[in-house]
This record gives sequence, structure tokens and C-alpha cells, in this order.
Amino acid sequence: MQNWPLLSVVTFLPLAGVAFILLARGDDAAAARYARWAALWTTIITFLVSLLILKNFVSGQAGYQLIEDHPWLGSVAGYRMGVDGISMPFVILTTFLMPICIAASWFIKLRVREYMIAFLVLETLMVGVFCATDIMLFYVFFEAGLIPMFLIIGIWGGPRRVYASFKFFLYTLLGSVLMLLAIIAMYWHAGTTDIVALSAKGAFPPAMQFWLWLAFFASFAVKMPMWPVHTWLPDAHVEAPTAGSVILAAILLKMGGYGFLRFSLPMFPDASHYFQPLIYTLSVVAIIYTSLVALMQEDMKKLIAYSSVAHMGFVTMGIFSFTRQGIDGALFQMVSHGLISGALFLCVGVIYDRMHTREISAYGGLVARMPLYAAIFMLFTMANVGLPGTSGFVGEFLSLLGTFQNNTTAAFFATVGVILSACYALWLYRRVMLGALLKPALMHMVDVTPRELAMLGPLVVLTVFFGIYPSPLLEIFGTPVEAILNLLR
Amino acid sequence: MIPFFQTIDAAAALPEIALAVLAMVLLMEGVFSSRVTSAAIRWAAVAAFAVVAGMIIWKTGQGRVYAFEDAFVVDDFARFMKVLTLMGAAITLIMSGRYLLRTKMDSEEYPVLIMLATVGMLLMISANDLISLYVGLELQSLALYVVAAINRDSAKSSEAGLKYFVLGALSSGMLLYGASLVYGLTGHTQFSEIAKALSLTGSSLGIIFGLVFIIAGLAFKVSAVPFHMWTPDVYEGAPTPVTAFFAAAPKIAAIALFTRVMVGPFANVLHDWQQIVVVISIASMALGSFAAIGQSNIKRLLAYSSIGNIGFALVGLAAGTVEGVQGVLVYMLIYLVMTLGVFACVLAMRRKGVYLETISDLAGLGRTNKGHAFMLAMLMFSLAGIPPLAGFFAKLFVFLAAVKAGLWVLAIFGVVVSVVGAFYYLRIIKIMYFDEPAEAFDAMDGEVQWVVYLSGAFVLLFGLFANPLLEIAINAAKSLF
Repeated sequence: MQNWPLLSVVTFLPLAGVAFILLARGDDAAAARYARWAALWTTIITFLVSLLILKNFVSGQAGYQLIEDHPWLGSVAGYRMGVDGISMPFVILTTFLMPICIAASWFIKLRVREYMIAFLVLETLMVGVFCATDIMLFYVFFEAGLIPMFLIIGIWGGPRRVYASFKFFLYTLLGSVLMLLAIIAMYWHAGTTDIVALSAKGAFPPAMQFWLWLAFFASFAVKMPMWPVHTWLPDAHVEAPTAGSVILAAILLKMGGYGFLRFSLPMFPDASHYFQPLIYTLSVVAIIYTSLVALMQEDMKKLIAYSSVAHMGFVTMGIFSFTRQGIDGALFQMVSHGLISGALFLCVGVIYDRMHTREISAYGGLVARMPLYAAIFMLFTMANVGLPGTSGFVGEFLSLLGTFQNNTTAAFFATVGVILSACYALWLYRRVMLGALLKPALMHMVDVTPRELAMLGPLVVLTVFFGIYPSPLLEIFGTPVEAILNLLR
Repeated sequence: MIPFFQTIDAAAALPEIALAVLAMVLLMEGVFSSRVTSAAIRWAAVAAFAVVAGMIIWKTGQGRVYAFEDAFVVDDFARFMKVLTLMGAAITLIMSGRYLLRTKMDSEEYPVLIMLATVGMLLMISANDLISLYVGLELQSLALYVVAAINRDSAKSSEAGLKYFVLGALSSGMLLYGASLVYGLTGHTQFSEIAKALSLTGSSLGIIFGLVFIIAGLAFKVSAVPFHMWTPDVYEGAPTPVTAFFAAAPKIAAIALFTRVMVGPFANVLHDWQQIVVVISIASMALGSFAAIGQSNIKRLLAYSSIGNIGFALVGLAAGTVEGVQGVLVYMLIYLVMTLGVFACVLAMRRKGVYLETISDLAGLGRTNKGHAFMLAMLMFSLAGIPPLAGFFAKLFVFLAAVKAGLWVLAIFGVVVSVVGAFYYLRIIKIMYFDEPAEAFDAMDGEVQWVVYLSGAFVLLFGLFANPLLEIAINAAKSLF
């Protein structure tokens, strides 16, 4: 068991599902049914196999684990895989959310085979991003993810899908190509693309760090997304199908924060210190401004999208506080936001499937017809606000705690953002769920089905579990976060 | 037979001689034998290309070999580029068969002209002397002028041929003028002698003049901005198989020649030509990306795309280093496969027996013909330079060289422009996948289908099998230094 290339297996297992779907023959309906089940089983098996990573992972051990190292493109890139306490939770989060996404897409009518293939390919690429310990390999996975996501938004999206998909693709690509040049420059300077070697202390002179940091920032700030380059996100979220939004919010956004922690901080510590005020400013603006924007939204998905931008503001702030609590909090917030925002998009999907509209004003008083749904939505709304007892609280609290240690002004404004997030989230809840059930179209709404419950149930459990008992996750983060802090000192 | 060629110092050029002889034999067969069909001649030409490629790989000895008193050189660089050129010529011939039959353009001269043009290209790649450079270039060009106008009854095709001829003649004149200046100032026509002379005297105003004229002539042949004006018209006017050929083989040969001339005789005046190459590279990438956005004819769009691609290949050349030449070689290999694949897709755009060229004809192809659409989409993502497809690695290696050589402006400009370029490649994918389907195309021809699927598989899987190809490319690049 120990000799298995476990990470490669988890990464490329979804492609086996793609092969199965491609081999299926039969008429359209049979092929679609086959594609659904094949995708579901592939993602479930991938999740189960990925639990072996968890089992074989030794918490508290320094450096990467489950390492694989094979020659690939000569010296320009190696096939290097490995996980540490930072990347491992994201690998599990990805494989965990995928079956849920497939279940959420169960009643997609249009081109089911292609849809499932796109999601499976996307899973491979996302897991690859978190497992790669070679910077060029990371870039390949990171960029390649654009292809399936572009198709998912463009083919299965809403009315303005073409605009949204192009905006998503070109924005992200423009950010990333500058990072590619920085990677090339790092390769010529250090002679390797191994992340371990590149993270050594003093690998790059401060003057060079400055430019490299900016190039990486261009990519991760767009991906994150940080204000003012966040405008692609609301468009992409609104137009994407439910499962696409879930993946976008839960995993793809996390690649930005992951990138900051994996590359910017350990490789360019001097530049990171230098740019700390910039990040703080942008984060505070993001938290306050996008929260205010969220208050004014008419579309539920757009509201959640803006709230994601605000929550990512806490993440960047926590990361650049350069404190143990701040970085722990940022990581925790990323995982927890993956669960909560994913769940919120699923919740929107539940009523969208029934009513085919996301206009907030089309709803009202749903609690009368859908009590169970109302309870679940309540929980995630509260978690989004950061209520103690949910995982949202731990992340926000820790990142604010970290920020307070070196910049009280920024922390003060960020705390104001917490209040604003309560405003828009609770107001959303009131307008959709509470009040009198007046609209005739809503009279025949049915409560969550078993399929929907199966999707949301695990998310409920984990959100509450990590809210009450966060230490398992914090323990896993511990060692690599300490290592990063050592490099920053 | 072989000793005879050795006594006249031509052993290394045996493959080219064989190809020229075979071309003439096939011409005679076509003219005088009534039983031989044009299809037979076409397949015979393909077989000839395959045999010549085999001879180049296995029968030209090892390392660097000269012929004709050093006017002709065969090294690993030449072998690599020649095999690519022959591949491009052979595959475009294979693809063009049915098209020519259906449009009644099928003639015996067509494969023969392609063969003669290819002989010219092989001579260009091996040129080691200003005279042999010019002879090879003219042999290639004259055959191509005729091929561009092969559809005699079409005004557009004749216009394309005429335009190509007039502008081509002008550029040849410039090249010749530059060559004579260089000869006059160094006293030599042979590349190594010119390099030696320049290492003693260094750069001078006259040399720079000669260099500029030579680069102008070569830039015309690779269709780099600002000598690109003929490309969109010729691409659009010429019959599609001819366009495919124009985009593939001659580009490879011209870039090979450009590279050899720059890093060979003019190695010592790197700083003089580097600025010129940087400027035309930036201009080509920019024009290729921006001008393609507004196109509605797919062949015209591909013309701008090839201008842009040449700009990216020149990024590698601008570095002027071993890595740069390796980048050029890898780029041209991947460019060749992508170009052949895309043109095969264009050749498959046929509805009720009529060939189509408008981009909007591709609407909804993702539903009417899944395989065709998927492969074309992958080729488009690859052209846009998205990993893990081959086009990404092509761009990666030229930018690696540019960054190492410190050409930051070029590199930053290049990657930013590639995002603009991505827009119009995405537009084709959008039309195929996001738009409502039009009527389905006719079933693909067998040969075309093979090319589409093989090139699609190549761009998808290049990342897995890149290492041996990179090894070959770096060895080929080293042979120039």
C-alpha cells in the first residue's frame, strides 16, 4: 500500500470515469443515464481512495508526504507530487464535493455525457493543482482548469453565459501568463522548478522578489478574487449551472489563497512584508465594499458571489498578517467557506430547480411550505455570517485575531464587515423565507427531496462539526504554517 | 552510383537530387502516359516524400556533412527541419486528393509542382552560401506562385497567384540586394567565411544595410509583419489544400533558413539583428492577434493566426541562443501539426458537396459532429497556448529562451498578446459549442479524418511524450553552434 503512487491515483482516477463514459454506447437516454451513474460512482470511489491519503498522512511531520518524483520535461519541469498539511485538506475537500456536485446535476437535460466528462476532467485538474510540488506542473494544472470551466459556464450556463465564460477565461488567463514568466525567471535563477528547493531561505534576492511577487499576485488576486479584479466572479457565478457555481466558489477560489501560501509567502518573504499594506488595503476595501454591494443585489447567486469576495478578503488579510492565528484562520476560513458557500449555492439550486428564477423578489414565506429547507438554509446563512458554533466563526475569528496583532485599523474595518455580512445574509433570509406566503406560484413548493438532503446533509454535519471542534483541522495546518512563519522571520 | 556522387561532392545532397529526379519522372509520366491518373501521381509523390525523408534520416551520415564545396550543409538542424517540411508536404497532398477531385482541379502538375517546391525548401534548409540560399528560395517560390493560381478559372485564385508573384519578386530582389551588399563588404558568399570576416571587422553601416535587406526578404517568406500583406489574400484566394500547404511546409523551410542565416554568418552582429527580429516579432504577434478578431472567413483568420504564430517562433530566434533555436524547432514542430489538423478540419467543412469557409458555418458543430468539433476545439485551445496541450509547450520554450536572454519587453508583450489571441480562438469554440446548431456537415473523408484525429491526439498527449522530442530538438539546435 505504501508504494502506491496514491496521489497520482487520486488525481487521475476521474479520467478512468471519462473513459467509461466515452465507451458507453446506446441511444441518447441510455447514454445519459449511464453517464450520470458512471460519474457518480467515479467521484465516490475517488473520494474513498482519497481518504487513504488522510489515513497515510502523518500529521505534524515536516515537509511533503506521499512524495512522487519522476522526470518529465528534462530540467524544465519534473512530475513531482506530494501533500502537506496545507494542501491535503483541499484535496479531500475537492474529492468530497465532487459527488455532491454530480448529484446536484442529476437532472441536467442538455448534453449529459459532455457535462459529466467536463466535471470529471475538472476534478483531475483541481486535485492536481493541490498535489503538484513542481511549480511548472502546478501551472499546467492551474491553467488547464480553465478549459472545462469555460465549457461548463458556456454550454450549460444561463442567458448571458457567453459573456460570462469569456470574461472568466480571459481575466484568469491574463493574470496567469504573467505568473508563467515569473516561473520561467525563477527557473533560470534557481535552476530547478521543485517547490521545495524554491522555498529555501534566501532563494531569491529582494529586488527580484519584488517583481516575482507582483507577477504571482496578478494571477492569484484574479483567482481569489480580490477587489478590484473580482468583477468576473459575480458574472460567472450567476451564469454557471449550480454545480459549476459550487465548484467555483468552493475550490477554484481557494487556489488563489493556496497560491499565496504556497508561493508568495515562502518564496518571496521580503516582498510579502513590503506589500502587506497593499494587501490589507485591498482586503478591507473588498470586505466593506462588496458587502455593501451584496446588500443591493436582486439575484440570490449574485449576492452569494459578492459575499464570497468579502469572505476572501478575510482570507487574504489573515494570510498577510504573518501570524500563526491569522494564517490558521485563513486556511480554516478557506475550508469552511468551501463547505458553506458550496452549500448556499446548492440551496439556491434547490429552489431554482422548482421555480426557475433566482430573483429574490419572486420568493417570500417559503418557511411555510418548506420547513426542513428553511432550517438548513438558516444554518448556512448563520454560518456565512460567522455565528459561533459554525465553522464560519472559527475562520473569521482567527484571521481577525491575527490581523489585530499588527494592524488594529484594518482589523477594525474588517470587523465592521462582519456586521454588514449579517445584514445582507439575514435580510436575504427574511425576504426569501419569512413573511407571509403570498405568491400563488409558491403554493405548490415541495420540501427538500431525499436526493437534495443527501447532498446537503454531509455539508450540515461538517459545518457544525468544525464549528464545535476545529482542532483536528488546525492540528493538520500546524506544522507547515510554522515552517512558513520561519521563512518569514 | 554512390561513388560517382562522391567524386562530384554531392553525396550529402542525394535525397534532394532523388526528389528532383522523381519529380521530373512523374511529370513525364503525367504528360506522356495516358493510363496514369492524377491520383496515382499524387500517391507516388507522397511515397517519394516518405522515401526522401528516410534517406535524410538514415543516409546522410552523422553530424555535419557538406556538399558542393560547402555550399550545401546537412546537420541535425537541417535533418529535423527537412523531415518536418516533407511531413507537411506529404500530409497536405494526402488531404487534398478528394478536394481536388470534387472541385475538378485535379491535375498531374499539382503534385509535381509541390515536389519541386519541396526540393527548393530542402535546398533552403541546407543552404550554406548566399548563392545556394537564393537558388533554393527561387525554386520554391516559382513553384508556389503557380500553385497559388492552380484554380485557373477562379479570379480570386488568379489574383492570389499574381499578388504573391509580384510581392514575392520584390522581396527576392531585396534579398538579393542585401546579399550583394554583404558579399561586397565581406568578400565572401559562404556563411562560415562571412562569419569569419565579420568577427574581424565587426558591424558596419554597410553590413547593417545588407542585413536589413536580407531580413526584409526573409520576413516576406515567413510572412512576418510588416511584410505580411500578401498572406491573408493568398490564403483566402488559393484553394484550401494549397493554403494548407502554404501554411505548413514553406513556413518551416523559411524559418529554418532565417534561423540559419541569423545565428550562422551574422552571429557576430547579434545585437544588430536582434533588435530587428524583436520588432518584427512583436509586430507580428500583435497584428496576428488583433487583426484576426474581425475575420469571418476561416482561411483569412488562419492567415492572421499563422502571422501571429510566426511572431511567437521569432521570439525564440530573437534570443539567438541554443535554447532559442531549440524553442524555434519545438515551436515549428507543434505549429506544423496544429496547422495540418486545423486545415484538415477546414477541409471537412462540406455541406451537400459544397466546401464552406465561413466561421459561422461551424455553428453547433459540437452537437452535429462531436468528434470533429472536439478535435477542432482542442486544436484551438492549443493554438491559444493553454496547458496541457501542445501549443502551451511550444510557447513555453520560446519564452524560456527569451527570458534567459533578458528580452523582457518581448516576453511580457508576447504573453499579454497571447491573451488577445486566445479571444478569437475561443470565439471559434463558442460558435461550435455555445451556438444553436446549423445543418450537419457531410461525412468526413477518410484521409482528412485521419489527419484530424492524429493531430488532435498529438496536441492532447504531447505533454506525456515531450521528452524524447525535446532531446532531438536540443541536439538539432546545438548543431548550429
